[in-house]
Amino acid sequence: MLVLDWILIVIAGWLALGVAGIGALRNTAFVARVLFPAGAVLAVALAGFAVAGLLGTPETAVLALGLPDLPFHLRLDGLSAFFLLVIGAIAFGISIFAAGYFRHGEGTPPGLMCLEYHLFLASMALVVLADDAYAFMVMWETMALSSFFLVTANHRVPAIREAGFLYLLIAHIGALGILLCFGVLQANTGDYTFANMRAQSLSPLWASAAFLLATVGFGAKAGILPLHVWLPEAHPAAPSPVSALMSAVMLKTAIYGLLRVSFDLLGAQQWWWGVLLMAVGLATALYGVVFSAVQTDMKRLLAYSSIENIGLLFVGIGLGVLFNAYGMKALSALALTAALYHVLGHAFFKSLLFLATGSVLHATGERSLGKLGGLMRRMPWVAWLSLVGVLASSGLPPFSGFVSEWLLLQSFLFTTGLPDSFLNMLVPVLAAGIALVAALAGYTMVKFFGVIFLGQPREPKLADAHPASPLERAGLVWLGAGCVLLGLFPVQVIGLIDRVTRLLVGGGIADTVRANGWLLLSPSSIDRASYGPLVFLGVVSLAVLLTAVLVRKLYHGRLRRAPAWDCGFPAQTARMQDTAEGFGQPIRQIFEPFFRMRRELPSPFDAKPHYRVTIEDHFWHWLYLPVARLTSLIARGVGRLQQGRIAIYLLYSFVTLMVLLLVVKS
Amino acid sequence: MTSLLSQSINLFAVVLLVLAFAMIAQRRILTLIHLFTLQGAALAAATLIVGYLTGQHHLYFSAALTFVLKVVLIPILLHRVILRLNVRWDVETLFNIPTTMLIGIVLVIFAFNLAAPIAGLSTSIARGTLGIALACVLLSFLMMIVRAKAVPQVIGFLSMENGLFFAATAATSGMPMIVELGIAFDVLVGILILGVFMFQIREQFDSLDIRHLEKLKED
Repeated sequence: MLVLDWILIVIAGWLALGVAGIGALRNTAFVARVLFPAGAVLAVALAGFAVAGLLGTPETAVLALGLPDLPFHLRLDGLSAFFLLVIGAIAFGISIFAAGYFRHGEGTPPGLMCLEYHLFLASMALVVLADDAYAFMVMWETMALSSFFLVTANHRVPAIREAGFLYLLIAHIGALGILLCFGVLQANTGDYTFANMRAQSLSPLWASAAFLLATVGFGAKAGILPLHVWLPEAHPAAPSPVSALMSAVMLKTAIYGLLRVSFDLLGAQQWWWGVLLMAVGLATALYGVVFSAVQTDMKRLLAYSSIENIGLLFVGIGLGVLFNAYGMKALSALALTAALYHVLGHAFFKSLLFLATGSVLHATGERSLGKLGGLMRRMPWVAWLSLVGVLASSGLPPFSGFVSEWLLLQSFLFTTGLPDSFLNMLVPVLAAGIALVAALAGYTMVKFFGVIFLGQPREPKLADAHPASPLERAGLVWLGAGCVLLGLFPVQVIGLIDRVTRLLVGGGIADTVRANGWLLLSPSSIDRASYGPLVFLGVVSLAVLLTAVLVRKLYHGRLRRAPAWDCGFPAQTARMQDTAEGFGQPIRQIFEPFFRMRRELPSPFDAKPHYRVTIEDHFWHWLYLPVARLTSLIARGVGRLQQGRIAIYLLYSFVTLMVLLLVVKS
Repeated sequence: MTSLLSQSINLFAVVLLVLAFAMIAQRRILTLIHLFTLQGAALAAATLIVGYLTGQHHLYFSAALTFVLKVVLIPILLHRVILRLNVRWDVETLFNIPTTMLIGIVLVIFAFNLAAPIAGLSTSIARGTLGIALACVLLSFLMMIVRAKAVPQVIGFLSMENGLFFAATAATSGMPMIVELGIAFDVLVGILILGVFMFQIREQFDSLDIRHLEKLKED
């Protein structure tokens, strides 16, 4: 039996679980304790088959679904297997977490939620398996719709409905771009299989058109500038497992699509495509991280952080395109390896962090950073695992984020070898931008972790915060373990990613990496740069241990708990801690032109002072509102046609028909 | 024999056209339904003959389908509707009938003019009748525009479908079976839905006059 068949069985299993959810519409216990764990088992099986597919040869299948004479073509190759691995591994953690997460009485009944959730998973798996434009679009839209319903699970809240609408709108703009892109790619042959598209050789003009359409289309789903506005609205609106799934996995399907179209179908020929992707990516990353640093809602903060990471991925892919266009296969493979590593790493740590916010939200009922604090004592599991995610997200060794960012910067160091003198001057400047983004990401994560988990509780009710349930913890542990293992064994992971880069650019770095042994990671040569995560971990752990022992010895193990130093104040309350707003203030000051800020400062004589600051996106006022106004203006004009009389409407059709007939005739 | 039969196609085509004019001129709903039934019968006969002459056997099936649907089933449905709604003798005027007839003549001339080059290209045996078929479509459309009541509009819609069907038979010896079945099914479902609509309109406004629907406009 082929691996692809097993994968299809897993997908069918997910669909069956979804249908079973309809059968137990309001039976929360059954859905949560039976269906979601079953889905998790299927997910881990999918991850296993994906690894098998990654190591095996490409397989194809034709599903007799869809329209007559238009079946679904499926293909399992390195690229799709890699993304299936991401889907399976992340869905396992999220499904286990969700089993402990869903409670009674939150909008959509749990059974329906189960259907939407598993449909979402199945459609994502089929998106990456699709081998013709028809199957791809059907699955892409299924994915968009099922996630829309998941986002609007709590549809009685108007703000959530609006967020869902915005999401759906931008998803459809993107889908239009993708559809047009496939239309260009098939080059008037009428055959929409990817095999045919691969065989076409388009003129540079049309290839560029297809590439730009794909960038807009997949960029809308991924959340690149200026199509990012849905992300910070939709992610906080959705239940936490859904936000985790969307941010960690669904955004990656857009990355998959971009890789599939620009490398596999178009061959990444033009150097300026790479420059465009890098420029857009860096702008997105910087924008995302700066906004992320000033957010006060924890899920919005993470959503903006996802925008930043997507930007980094675009930079990596752009660099890959650039090298590939100049025929530097090995360097292109290095840049793509960095991007794919980051796909995997981001999927793990972002889902971990989103799920952690879910646990905090359930424990405290509070999403605003200003009302949290000191949860480390109440929820130690969630806090420590969040720390893992936070460190990985900041790109610190020995976690996954460091490996990918290090590889990305390594590949930037080779850009001086580009044959174009402008490029080898300009591109290294982008590397500086990446470094800035990475530093700001660290800043943001310190804020996220410090404000939620450290310090004193800012509200009295936080004393009642209950720790996460065992299933929630299990899900978090899986994802946290992923972050750690990805950070500790990069050589082995690169061995898997190598299959993908060989498919995309015909080169890989695994051989070079393996030549240096499994302990040290060195993408080019050992003299140039190398990184030994296990050695690093060993040294750090040893240093920490040594310090602890020394401290114990020197202070004779005395431990004393006392009130913190008062600084001479007569009283000290939890409200006096540094707040999220306060922590983000320097960023707000430095990057002021990025924001559209409104501040209300209290007067000094106010007995009950209120401080309010709202931060808005410039794009909202520069781009979206004008478009919305224009649309409603046109709609009013068109509304004049609406007379309310059927005879008039029929007359419109009649006149149109006559005119068209006349045109045809002449 | 063959030439006689091909002449008879032209005859049936003319019958269709005359019936279309008759429907425009007819005010009474019951008579309209009778005219529609006749039109369906003529259409079925024409399809049968085209099928016989060209040896396209699936046209026999189309003819049978047309007969069952447009001569038996839909007229029965329409009779039941007007019986229940009690509008058998409803007289309605939105537009001066002689003027409408004059516009109709203009349409027929237009249709013939339009069909002339297409008919030259077509190889079907009934190609001369393409203009007539097109004229039937346009006339039925005109009828839908000038009628103020719901039932005649529905009949106009159905007779437009007759014209289209005839055009397809005349120009290309019929559509693929799957398309034909689809259209037949659509018409049947359409008439059921429109029937429900008519009851709803009546219930809402105590009349079938579609001018009441103008109130539904959004300001």
